[in-house]
Amino acid sequence: MRVSVDLDLCQGHGVCESEAPSVFELGKQAKVTILEDRPDEGRRTEVEAAVRFCPTSALHITEEE
Amino acid sequence: MSIAVERREPPRVSGGEEENGHLGELRVDPIKLLERVRSECGDVGVFRLADRDVVLLSGAEANEFFFRAPEEVLDQAEAYPFMTPVFGEGVVFDAPPERRREMLHNQALRDKFMRGHAATIADEVEAMVAGWDDEGQIDLLDWFAELTIYTSSACLIGKRFRNELDKRFAELYHDLEQGTDAIAYVDPYAPIESFRRRDAARRGLVELVEGIMKKRAATPPSDDEDRDLLDVLMSVSNEDGSPRFLADEVTGMFISMMFAGHHTTSGTAAWTLIELLRHPAELRAVDDELAELYAGGAEVSYQALREMPHLESAVKEALRLHPPLILLLRVAKEDIEVDGFTITAGQMVGTSPAVSNRIAEDFPDPDSFQPERYIQPREEDRSNPWTWIPFGAGRHRCVGAAFSMMQLKAIFSVLLLDWEFELAQPSETYRNDHSKMVVQLQQPCVVRYRRKSARTPAASGRPAP
Repeated sequence: MRVSVDLDLCQGHGVCESEAPSVFELGKQAKVTILEDRPDEGRRTEVEAAVRFCPTSALHITEEE
Repeated sequence: MSIAVERREPPRVSGGEEENGHLGELRVDPIKLLERVRSECGDVGVFRLADRDVVLLSGAEANEFFFRAPEEVLDQAEAYPFMTPVFGEGVVFDAPPERRREMLHNQALRDKFMRGHAATIADEVEAMVAGWDDEGQIDLLDWFAELTIYTSSACLIGKRFRNELDKRFAELYHDLEQGTDAIAYVDPYAPIESFRRRDAARRGLVELVEGIMKKRAATPPSDDEDRDLLDVLMSVSNEDGSPRFLADEVTGMFISMMFAGHHTTSGTAAWTLIELLRHPAELRAVDDELAELYAGGAEVSYQALREMPHLESAVKEALRLHPPLILLLRVAKEDIEVDGFTITAGQMVGTSPAVSNRIAEDFPDPDSFQPERYIQPREEDRSNPWTWIPFGAGRHRCVGAAFSMMQLKAIFSVLLLDWEFELAQPSETYRNDHSKMVVQLQQPCVVRYRRKSARTPAASGRPAP
C-alpha cells in the first residue's frame, strides 16, 4: 500500500500521528510529514485508522501490487 | 488555462429589481433564494447583494474549486463586513490559513487535548442540570446558548476565566449574534435596533472583561498550572512597561475565538435533540448505544472520544438538514473561469451548505432525516466531500469540527443517560430564524425534560417506572 496526503486539506490536527506515529509526523509543524509512504503490511491496521479518523479526510491509501 | 476564451457571464437569478437587489429576500427567506439560484441557473448563478454581485456556486465540481482556491484568488477577509462591529476594528473574522494553523496549536484544539476538554464539557453540563427539578421545561435556544458559552470559554480560554462568567455574558453574547443583519452589506453601522443592541452588548462585554482583569490583577494565579489565556495576555507588556492588551482588544479576541464554535454548536445540539424527538426509533438506538457504552460506569472523558455511530450519525444528519452557516462567502481577487463562466475580480463568490447538503443526486431523499446514510457502505459524508459541507471543506474547513463532534457527544452522554425529553410544542413549529446572517432557533423552542428513574444498563427502551 502507498500512503499519500492532500496538503490543501491537511490542517495539522495530529490524529494520524496519534494513530500511527511511525508513519506520520506532525510535531510542531503545521502540516503532516509522511515518514514512510510505503509502510509494511504489519502496520496496515494503524494506517487505516489514521486515514479513517483524519478530521479533514486528507489522507489516502492506494493499493499496489 | 487558455488565453482566447471568450468571456461568458454566468446567468442571473430572477427577482432582485429593488435598489439593494436580493438583499430584502436574503433577510426574509435566504434558503429559498439560494435554492432558486441553483434551480434557475445551475451550478453557477448570480444574485445581487446591495451594490455587489454574488456568484453562487453549487455542486461538487464548482464547490471543489471554491474550497481549494487560495487566498490570492478567493479572499475571505473582506467577505463578512457584518462581523467587524462584533469583533471590533482590527480583529479579523478569520485569519489566513497559516495563522489559523498556528492558532490550532496554541488554542489546544489538537487531538491530544481532547480528552481533557471532554471532561470539562461533561462537568459544565452536570453543573447546569444540577439546577433542574425532576421534571420541567427548557427553551432550547437559551439553554444551549448558555451552556456553550461556558464550554467554549472553559476549553478555549481557560477555566479560571470561565468561572467568572454567568448568564449575563451569555445574554450579551446573544445580542452580538443577533446584530448580524445582512443590512451590514449596505452599512454595518446603519441606525437599526439590532445594531444598537449589538454595540451596547459589545460595550457590556468589555466592561465585564475589564472587571475580571482588574480582579485578576489584584489576585494573580498562585502557580503556572492555574494560568489561562487571560493571564498570558495580561502578562505581555509594551517596551515602556504598560500592558500590551487592554480590555477592548482582549474582549475582541475572546469574542472572535468563541464565535465560530458558539451559535454553531448550540444550534446543532438543539437540532439533534429536536430531530431525535421527532424520530423515536433513532432516539432509541442512540439511548441503547449510550447505555451500552456507559454500562461499566466509564467516564465521559474517555467515551466521548470513541466512536458512537448512532449518535454521530444523528448529529451529522442534523448538521446536513440544519447547517448553522447557510452561506459561505469570498471576494474574487482576479478574473476566474469556473465551469465555462467568467467570475470577474471584485465580485463576491459564495457556496451554500443549505443548498449543497440537499442535492438529491448526492443525498437520496434529501429532505428526510436518515442517520443510516452515514453508515458503511453509504457513508454519504465521505463520498461527497465537496457537497456534504456543514463544516465547509478544503483550506478553510472548520478547524473545530473534531472538537465540536466530541463536544456534542459529551453533552448528549450526560443529557440522554439521565434525562428523557419530549417536544412541548407541535413538531413543525421548531424552525430557524433566518432574519440574521447568524442563524438561530426561532423562539419559542421549548422541550420538557424528566429525570430517568434509574440508569438501565444496556436496556432496550425506557427505564421501568
